[in-house]
Amino acid sequence: MIGTIAQNVIRFIVLVLFQVLILDHIGLGGYLNPFLYVLFILMLPFETPEWLVLLLGFVLGLTVDMFTDTLGMHTASSVLLAYLRKYILRLIAPRDGYETSFKPTFRQMGFNWFLAYAAILVFAHHFALFYIEIFRLSDFFFTFVKVVFSSVFTLVLIFITQFLFQAPRER
Amino acid sequence: MRNLFLFLVKNYYFFLFLFLESIAILLLVRNNSFQRASFINSSNAISGRVYETWSGFTDYLHLRQSNELLAKENADLRNKLKTSLVDYTIRPVQVNDTVFKQKYFFISAKVVNNSVDRQTNYLTLNRGANQGVKRLMGVICGDGVVGIVQEVSDNFCTVRSVLHRRVNVPAMLKKYGENSMVSWDGRDQTIGRMERVPSQLKIVKGDTVITSPYSTIFPEGIMIGTVEEITAEQGKTFNDLTVRYSTPFSKLSYVYIVNNIFQEEQTKLEEETLSKDKPQ
Repeated sequence: MIGTIAQNVIRFIVLVLFQVLILDHIGLGGYLNPFLYVLFILMLPFETPEWLVLLLGFVLGLTVDMFTDTLGMHTASSVLLAYLRKYILRLIAPRDGYETSFKPTFRQMGFNWFLAYAAILVFAHHFALFYIEIFRLSDFFFTFVKVVFSSVFTLVLIFITQFLFQAPRER
Repeated sequence: MRNLFLFLVKNYYFFLFLFLESIAILLLVRNNSFQRASFINSSNAISGRVYETWSGFTDYLHLRQSNELLAKENADLRNKLKTSLVDYTIRPVQVNDTVFKQKYFFISAKVVNNSVDRQTNYLTLNRGANQGVKRLMGVICGDGVVGIVQEVSDNFCTVRSVLHRRVNVPAMLKKYGENSMVSWDGRDQTIGRMERVPSQLKIVKGDTVITSPYSTIFPEGIMIGTVEEITAEQGKTFNDLTVRYSTPFSKLSYVYIVNNIFQEEQTKLEEETLSKDKPQ
C-alpha cells in the first residue's frame, strides 16, 4: 500500500517535470505537442477510489498549468480525462472483471486492451485541451489535425515509457 | 430534502466532476481576462526555481549561440555609438538632449523559460520587483521585440510573448512612417500580420517594420520584422501584410526589459482626457 503510494508520487513528479522541462520545448512544427503527463492518471491502480482519481486529475492539471502559465486549461482537460476513466474502464472491462493484482499496463492487460484504453482517453484529453486553448471553431480543421497528430505522438511515448519502465510479467 | 440528499450522494461522482470542472473553467475565464492576483503561474517560487535550475543546465548547450549573439550585439552597439557622436557634431542642437531627462531605462534579464508552440506563449525572466520590474514594461532583444511583462514576483517576471493572440504591437513601416498594428494569428511562430495598410503605398517584400512612436511600452524604432507578403485586393483602400519576425523566439536567452519612465504619466493623462470627453 505504502509502496504503491510512493510509486505514484514519484511517477507524478517525474512525469510533470519531464513534461514541462523537456516535452514542452521540443516543438515539432506546431502540430506535435505531446502531453505524456496524462500517463499518471492512466496508470493509477484499478482499485483507486473514484473520487480520488478525480481529485488527482485536478491536482495534476493544476500543477502543469502552474508551470506553463495556462491556468485552467490543463486542469479542465485532466479532470475530464479522470472523469471518463471510470466509464472507459467499464466499457472495455474483461469478461471476468479486473484482477486487483493487475495494473493498467500493456504488459499485463494486453496490447489491444491497453491501446483502446489509452487511445480513447488521450484523444478525449487532447481534444478538450486544444479546443480550450484555441477557444473558437474557425480553425476547426487546423486544430483537429493538431489533436490527432499530438494524440498519436503521446500514445507512442506512452508505449515507449511503459516498455522501458514496466518489467514483463512472469507467468 | 432527504431525497435530494440521497440523490446527491448517489451521484456524487458526477457532482464532484462538475464541481472540479467548474473551478477549472472559472480559472480559465478569469485568467483570460486578467491574469492578476494568482500565485499559480510560472513566476511563483516553486516553478520559478525549477525553471531556473533547469536553465542552469541547458544554458551550456547554447553557449556558442549566445556568444555569437552577444558579439553581434556589441558590434551593433559600437556602430550606434559612432553614429551618435557624428550626429552631435553635425547638429549641435541635439546636445540639448543631455539636459532632458532620460526616457528609457533598460534592465538586462535572462530567459529561464520560454514557449513558442501554444496559442498563448509566455516567457519567464529572472528579474522581478526587487530589480525594479513592473507590469506592462516592454521586453526587447538585440534582434527585435519580444513581449510585454505580465506578472511580477520578487525575483521573476512572466512575459506575454509577441506570439500571443491578444498582443498587438504598434508598428510602422520604416520607409513610409505609416502606423498600424502587428498581431499574431496563432499559426506560424515566425509570421505576424499587419493590418490596414493604405494600398497606395508601394510596399515590396523585405521592407522593414519597426515599432511606432505611439507605443508607451516599446521605444520607437525597435525592429519587428520584414514584410513577407502583401495581400492586395483589387479596389480596396487597405491591404494586409504578413511580417516575418526578426526575433528568433525559440532561441531567446538574454533580453532587455524596457522601463519607460514616462509611461505612467502619459497613460494617466490620456485616460483622464478620455474620461472627461464623455457627453455631459
